[in-house]
Amino acid sequence: MYRLSVSPHIHSKASVSRIMWTFIVALMPAMAASIWFFGPRALYLEIISVATAVITELLTGLLLKKRITLSDGSAVITGLLVAFNMPVSVPYYVPIVGSFFGIAIVKQLFGGLGYNIFNPALAARVFVMFAWLPEMTTWNAPLTTSGFSKLAGFNFSIDTITTATPLAIAKMKGMAGLLTEFGSKMGMYKDLFLGKCPGCIGETSALALLLGAGLLLLTKIIRWPIPLSYLATVVLICLLSGNDPIFHLLSGGLILGAFFMATDYVTSPMTPKGMILFGVGCGLVTMVLRLKGGLPEGVSFSILFMNALAPLIDRYFKNPVLGVKT
Amino acid sequence: MKIQELSKGLFKENPILVLMLGLCPTLAVSTKAIYGIGMGAAVIFVLTCSNVIISLIKDFIPDKIRIPSYIVVIATFVTIVDYVMKAYTPELHKSLGIFIPLIVVNCIILGRAEAFAAKKNVLDSFFDGIGMGLGFTLALTLIAVIREILGAGTITLKLLGYGWIVEIPHLNPMIVMILPPGAFITIGLILGFSNILKKR
Repeated sequence: MYRLSVSPHIHSKASVSRIMWTFIVALMPAMAASIWFFGPRALYLEIISVATAVITELLTGLLLKKRITLSDGSAVITGLLVAFNMPVSVPYYVPIVGSFFGIAIVKQLFGGLGYNIFNPALAARVFVMFAWLPEMTTWNAPLTTSGFSKLAGFNFSIDTITTATPLAIAKMKGMAGLLTEFGSKMGMYKDLFLGKCPGCIGETSALALLLGAGLLLLTKIIRWPIPLSYLATVVLICLLSGNDPIFHLLSGGLILGAFFMATDYVTSPMTPKGMILFGVGCGLVTMVLRLKGGLPEGVSFSILFMNALAPLIDRYFKNPVLGVKT
Repeated sequence: MKIQELSKGLFKENPILVLMLGLCPTLAVSTKAIYGIGMGAAVIFVLTCSNVIISLIKDFIPDKIRIPSYIVVIATFVTIVDYVMKAYTPELHKSLGIFIPLIVVNCIILGRAEAFAAKKNVLDSFFDGIGMGLGFTLALTLIAVIREILGAGTITLKLLGYGWIVEIPHLNPMIVMILPPGAFITIGLILGFSNILKKR
């Protein structure tokens, strides 16, 4: 009747697989948006990427004689995020190589879930980006009629239209170029918020991503310090440098990165103070790369850069141990 | 005895894969197969000659200034290689660039001088130099071939118009493999595999 056990007696229901599967649910709106805006090919990319990630996890687990951790869903997340970070027109081998690289080399060879230094999905994205730069930077207009397709004067009897991403336009032509592309400033904000702009398939729709992020914040799977300090830093730098903060918040991979990738437990600091520093660093590097770098976008590089610093940040912001003088 | 000094450099004490020496030129020049062979040939020559000379004069060198003395000997042979390559294989010399003069401070050559040639007799040092040089060349060329196949889709074995360039069809090369990250990834994976093989 009375079971005797040692403490702790109160358990949280949180477990690795519960957290991971909630995370996957939170990615579903963005996945739906990617299929809505970019067509069935987006879905194929996601399926291929997830399948490769899962198979790679299984095979490397067997080869390295690790505990097989398929059921916790972390490989599914990596696969999904790898696909989210690609334009819709990439050849199918790109997500295959990307997912394989992310799981086999970045995650498993560094010790598996919980030991990897870098976010596997982001490292995979950067790897395939520098492997096949032309394929990874060919952007297609979304399938729904938007400012982009109207401007080109086509209807959708043709397959697709290649264009530049909003960030690339901003870099080359400035705000004036953006306004001719989108029509008006409010129209631009609306299109960027809904996701009607060219870009990686999972990053364009701020609305869908924020829905998922809201779920994660409500269930306390991710905490606010990293995303908030990240986004706040971006806004602050925009205001100081005279750029449009709303445009920079909504465009590129910032929302996907801030809520879904920078918050990865394994590769981000553990204490709230450390998290804030981590977010500020991400924001700083992102904006430096966006405003001064050679490529239009810098979210993935900034998060990877801060991943490398996360262990150092953890050393400086330790939680004080009760009763121990520091 | 002698054959051991020769063969240990190839696998058991391979300078790159086991001793982890000379990684700097390995990372930098392993982008084409021919660069690996060319760099390896230069290192074999310098390493063998310097090993022999240092082994010969080891009793005259005062202990306190032995490193500068080694450097003088090594630099002499590097200068010879540098000018010979400039004269006869200008193309290769241009591609290898600064890494030819940098052989002077290559860890393999200084390391073998300090750890081997300064203690052993001339014949052993000679074989050690050849073995270590060959081991370096083998590992470097292996890394270069892997990187070139993946990163450029070719295997270049062409020098001064002789030889050939093999092209691998139906391969969209991954440019990252001939960039610096590709070098680190390739070397890391090869080190891992060679460690697995060693454990068996």
